[in-house]
Amino acid sequence: MSVSTHRRCQLTIIAEYVLEEKLIALVGRLGAHGYTLHEVRGGSFAADGERRREGAGETDRTIEMKVICERATAESVAQQVLEQFSDNFSVRVLLAEVEVFRPGMY
Amino acid sequence: MMIDPLVLMFALGVAARLARSDLRFPEPVYEALSIYLLLAIGLKGGVELSHQSLDQVALPAAVAVFAGFALPFVLFPILRAAVGLSRADAASVAAHYGSVSVVTFAIATAYLQQRGIPAESFMPVLLALMEAPGIIAGVMLARSSGTAGTPVFREVAANKGIVLLAGGIMIGYIVGAEGYGSLKPVFSDLFRGLLALYLLELGLVVGGRFPDLRRAGTPLVVFALVIPLVTGAVGVGLGTWVLDLSAGGATLFGVLLASASYIAAPAAMRMAVPEANPALGISAALAVTFPFNVFINVPLLTWLGGML
Repeated sequence: MSVSTHRRCQLTIIAEYVLEEKLIALVGRLGAHGYTLHEVRGGSFAADGERRREGAGETDRTIEMKVICERATAESVAQQVLEQFSDNFSVRVLLAEVEVFRPGMY
Repeated sequence: MMIDPLVLMFALGVAARLARSDLRFPEPVYEALSIYLLLAIGLKGGVELSHQSLDQVALPAAVAVFAGFALPFVLFPILRAAVGLSRADAASVAAHYGSVSVVTFAIATAYLQQRGIPAESFMPVLLALMEAPGIIAGVMLARSSGTAGTPVFREVAANKGIVLLAGGIMIGYIVGAEGYGSLKPVFSDLFRGLLALYLLELGLVVGGRFPDLRRAGTPLVVFALVIPLVTGAVGVGLGTWVLDLSAGGATLFGVLLASASYIAAPAAMRMAVPEANPALGISAALAVTFPFNVFINVPLLTWLGGML
């Protein structure tokens, strides 16, 4: 018996830890049904030297938030995140298509 | 002269980081240690406070709040003119220096205890009271300069540092020495050992901040070295002549004014003044002022407190 799947979008937001509560409020307000979130570490290699975000202290911590939802919701969340936070905070937003088994959950 | 093992633990952390050691503490351990230290300092302060009249604390408390609030307004023009920071950056750095460092206070207290120099038991209350005013002043400076900011007063008041310190003081005050007895093995007997572990981790963090310091530039480094000398001396003078504190109490009041926040202020200012470069305040406070205070300024202010 084959299981049918349904297309949804997975929005991944990698951002500073201090934005966590604001991001949760935002995705809830824009209609997402849920999210997963965990802390990550990372860094970058800029022209003026390597920078690391290693979680040493609150302003050095980084979260990765994943939201699976309809494409329209994902796009509006991405737009709001970029508009509100990308000028002054470290924020990365990625969008990918995924297949889900229970579409009512997303 | 015996070198304090706490200072050596911090130095080990810095050295390990500079040597690119793979030594690091898991984030939850670092977090748990900071919760423990804040709560322990608060509890002990509250227990001590329960022994004495609150009238004795009123004037030092008022002066502490005023000093914490006023300091950023004094430092802001210096940061603008002499260090050359933007208005947002200057407001953010000023807030770090208006607020206080709990760990510097803990080290100074341990330093005094080791030398048998008593201090007023209400000093942790002043520490708790001085966490927030400097941050609020920094937010006001940023707003008056037209930079955008989100409402942070609730966040500042609900900051874990303030919740744990003030909560610990209240619990200690309510239960008194008798009620505290059952907690003593954890919050008093283990305190120095766990502070040593925290300082090892802090040394690792400070060692990792040195590249940011190079980017911040020499004027900010000079600011972070000179200001604690001045504010510390002013604090010892205020403590001695205005508040009539003992030599130990005046020293601790100087240490409070000389220290800069690297836990509460960075997080609050990141949200309140998002356009400010967060690396400036935390690097100056943690990588310059904190070690300077630990190695040089605490002994210096202790000497000054004894002289006055």
